[in-house]
Amino acid sequence: MDIFVQQLINGLTLGSIYGLIAIGYTMVFGIIGMVNFAHGDVFMVSAFIALICFLLLTTVLGITSIFLALAIVLVVAMFFTALTNWAIERVAYRPLRGSFRLAPMISAIGMSILLANFVQVSQGPRNKPVPPMIGDVIVLMERDGYQVTLAWKQVIIMVLTAALLGGFWYLVQKTSLGRAQRACEQDRKMAALLGINVDHTISLTFVIGAALAAVAGVMYLMYYGVVNFADGFVPGVKAFTAAVLGGIGSLPGAVLGGLLIGLIETFWSAYFSIEYKDVAAFSILAVTLIFLPQGLLGRPEVEKV
Amino acid sequence: MASSPASGSRLWETDPILTVEHLFMRFGGLVAVNDLSFNVGRGDITALIGPNGAGKTTVFNCITGFYKPSAGRLALAHRRAATPAEIDAATAIGERSLATGDAAVYLLERLPDYRVSGEAKVARTFQNIRLFTGMTVLENLMVAQHNALMRASGYSLRGLFGLPSWGRAARAATEKATFWLDKVGLLERADDPAGDLPYGAQRRLEIARAMCSDPILLCLDEPAAGLNPRESLELNTLLRSIRADHGTSILLIEHDMSVVMEISDHVVVLDYGTKISDGTPEAVKSDPRVIAAYLGVDEDAVEEAGAEIEEIVQTGAAS
Amino acid sequence: MAAQIAEPAAGGTGAPARADSFGPALKDALIAGLVTLGLLGPLVGFHAVVKDEGMNGQAALGLDYRPGLVAIMVGIVFAGRLLLNLTVWSPNRVVATRSGPTVFDRIGTTLGPAIKPALLAFAVGFPFLAAFLMGGLNESRYLVDVGILILTYVMLGWGLNIVVGLAGLLDLGYVAFYAVGAYTYALLATSAPINDFFAGLLGATFWANWAFWICLPLAGVFAGLWGMILGFPVLRLRGDYLAIVTLAFGEIIRLVLINWVDFTGGGAGIASIPRATFFGIPFNASEDGFAARFGLDFNPMHRIVFLYFVILALALVTAFATVRLRKLPVGRAWEALREDEIACRSLGINTTNVKLSAFATGAMFGGFAGCFFAVRAGFVSPESFTFDISAMILAIVVLGGMGSQIGVAVAAAVMMGGMELLRNLGFLSNVFGPGFDPTQYRMLLFGLAMVAIMVWKPRGLVSTREPTIFLKERKAVSGDLVKEGHG
Repeated sequence: MDIFVQQLINGLTLGSIYGLIAIGYTMVFGIIGMVNFAHGDVFMVSAFIALICFLLLTTVLGITSIFLALAIVLVVAMFFTALTNWAIERVAYRPLRGSFRLAPMISAIGMSILLANFVQVSQGPRNKPVPPMIGDVIVLMERDGYQVTLAWKQVIIMVLTAALLGGFWYLVQKTSLGRAQRACEQDRKMAALLGINVDHTISLTFVIGAALAAVAGVMYLMYYGVVNFADGFVPGVKAFTAAVLGGIGSLPGAVLGGLLIGLIETFWSAYFSIEYKDVAAFSILAVTLIFLPQGLLGRPEVEKV
Repeated sequence: MASSPASGSRLWETDPILTVEHLFMRFGGLVAVNDLSFNVGRGDITALIGPNGAGKTTVFNCITGFYKPSAGRLALAHRRAATPAEIDAATAIGERSLATGDAAVYLLERLPDYRVSGEAKVARTFQNIRLFTGMTVLENLMVAQHNALMRASGYSLRGLFGLPSWGRAARAATEKATFWLDKVGLLERADDPAGDLPYGAQRRLEIARAMCSDPILLCLDEPAAGLNPRESLELNTLLRSIRADHGTSILLIEHDMSVVMEISDHVVVLDYGTKISDGTPEAVKSDPRVIAAYLGVDEDAVEEAGAEIEEIVQTGAAS
Repeated sequence: MAAQIAEPAAGGTGAPARADSFGPALKDALIAGLVTLGLLGPLVGFHAVVKDEGMNGQAALGLDYRPGLVAIMVGIVFAGRLLLNLTVWSPNRVVATRSGPTVFDRIGTTLGPAIKPALLAFAVGFPFLAAFLMGGLNESRYLVDVGILILTYVMLGWGLNIVVGLAGLLDLGYVAFYAVGAYTYALLATSAPINDFFAGLLGATFWANWAFWICLPLAGVFAGLWGMILGFPVLRLRGDYLAIVTLAFGEIIRLVLINWVDFTGGGAGIASIPRATFFGIPFNASEDGFAARFGLDFNPMHRIVFLYFVILALALVTAFATVRLRKLPVGRAWEALREDEIACRSLGINTTNVKLSAFATGAMFGGFAGCFFAVRAGFVSPESFTFDISAMILAIVVLGGMGSQIGVAVAAAVMMGGMELLRNLGFLSNVFGPGFDPTQYRMLLFGLAMVAIMVWKPRGLVSTREPTIFLKERKAVSGDLVKEGHG
């Protein structure tokens, strides 16, 4: 029971991170119908930007307040990651609109390899550890020497995720940008005829997706305290799994899927085998796509003949 | 399989090849086809008409297996009309088809799309032409003979080693393709990519491709759409010859009334997913419900439309 | 290097507006420079260095700065963009239409039928040519090794070409079948019970000498079988979903290979796999060895040259089978499937079976290549079967022009040869400083190449399609009409 509660907390934390990345997948898929394969690596890049910014703030500028540093890191990482994703869309995807269907996907695979290796070359292949940022924990219960703890950083992650999702939901549902986005999802040509700047809307979608991934990147760095150039691939695939599980194209679905994947992964590691945790995640992806391709909250597709 | 020209005799009642009974198709809350029943006569050219959005293409997709109907029965009878008892027997035993000596019944609603074409021998064309644009005209017709050639090539093994029996089969398939190319007037363009053909030629090629799969029922989704009057006329000739020379029954969706009234033996009219009229072209065109469906219920308009249709039919017959 | 990423970044931004104005061009170049600064500033300008502090081994991070490098890259982008704005992208310039046959296609048509025999003759004569050029068999070792590497990728490219190029199914887990082939051979060849069984029956060295030739077909069959097992549930999926699921399967197989230590040896892999033999005659210095039997002086290069011809033969079998299959109904159905799946179904084609056959055939050739990999290296480990390999093979197919055999062969030679070339660019360290290692840019260049091909030449080197049958005249089909991959 104690272990269960502890794993529940850990799983929800991890799931929040996956959920934030998954939104990027699901939004891009919704608006241009492509699997943005490089999104996981964008997340990894954001973690590196956060790392550099954090080092700059703490070692060079000498900022001692960890919360102030984190807040600055968050804003900086969001800005630069958004810029990166904006440029990626411009260079690698926009020229391919109207090309054959798999072209953007292949381009995205290339972009994913490019990003991972760019970071490897520029930052080196070694793991980058950062000193633990927020070590405080709240002991929730204690029995027979086993403590169920809730770390402050977990609280921060979950609260921040919830707040961001609220703001994000408002953006999509209530603002003209959100309306434009939903219009483009339905019919890009018609949206353009009605005066919506489609290119602009798609760019903004990439920017928002990247900003959310950057938040995930900062939290990943804070939570695990280490980052590596290869860290984009597996979390990327898991977040994609989350998006598919929740129903690709559905925003609440992405979050729900993220939480589920986080929970499954932590419970699998705790109760079965930690070696096969990635196998479990990949298997869920395969099983979902085969048996429930519309996901939990998605709409089924009717084949147009 | 000789066909009898349908002069006066109502083949769809005496010798139906396809019996559609109580067909329903729902998409979520929308009822696209609502309790539709009609017959298609063997050797007839049957037209399915109706205003836009009446559910015609949905009926086609149900017949050809691309959609699973929400409810209803689609019985296709090979060789001779199936008796209601035979159809019921096939339905009751839960099989997809039932062969009884001289006839066979296929329950199309139970067959996956590729078997509707491959086994039940119902071929179709598409409203928005679906050719293999990157393959040549001849290749398109070879693909249509896939199942026969697959068997002839020993599921690729015989073909891989180039055995003579495969060579013979391949030559025969090419000859059949050549025959159909000649028939639709595309022999000269056999080696051109299908995507390079003009629109009218693409429509004809799609029909030729469907015919290469040896259908007993050919379903054409708006074959005359986008054709000029001369091409339309050629189409009529082609369809008549397919019926006369190959004994293939034809079911077509068409908006071009000159085509419908001139070549069809039997017309079924749909509106909002329900059948509003069913009979010979003469009977249908004077049916007030049809006129109302096409032009609203305003009395003057109905009369006007009747005159207009009359005129179209006469010019169609004269040309 | 990385500057190139950003260079076209602003490529789509407002095209220069007026014909005569230098101002907009400068402004545009300035924006491009700023964007580059934003992209490269954080990750190139700063370098988080791991510093081991003292004896306790506690790693800590420090920062290095590389402002000069960023300045150079931004400068290149700014100047390059300005130059391009004033010349190539200048509004005065008439834009040439992009479709129509490519230069490569035109070369293909002029050289016509001569190109294939010429390439084949070159491939057959290559080891001898190498020995002649390098002045001896032993000296040619490096070149022949490169030849083997290239041919392995030619074969893998041709195998994947069946799946991606002909059938239009994007398979990102192709490396799994390569792994299945390699592990089939590695496990069977090193299996003690099988060895003992044949030792009692046909002599002690029988299994060591014949394992490769017996396992080669088995490896193909197993890989094909795995292709069917993995393919069956997923082939109903749409193109991009299929890609992701195959990727997942590829990763699952690799993770199982790592974690199932009892069976596969885990991450350490399987070593001392029996070497290839000349149809039962081992390449060693003994009396029964290849050299002694054929009256030659023993030379380890014999085995390498023999391996070269084995992979050449395997690649040619792949090519021949593909050419043959394309003219059979199954091959035509693959291409028809790529063009329009719904039309296929309307013609009575069981698309699941057609997809499965493409998947299994491609997997089988991957399995053959894997078996060859294991016998050449004498060692297999999961490290050799990462997603990067799948991506590399895919890049080769994409660059070659999906569906084109010659294109894929040339692309494999260019890409793998190019990678090898990087190794030989050591002299560049005189320019860029002693720390410069060109090989670390390998995958970076690969990723860049994939994006660049898609953006500038999505149809690849050979964009035309050869029809499989003709009545009067064989006319190539323009790539613009050929659909690639379906939804």
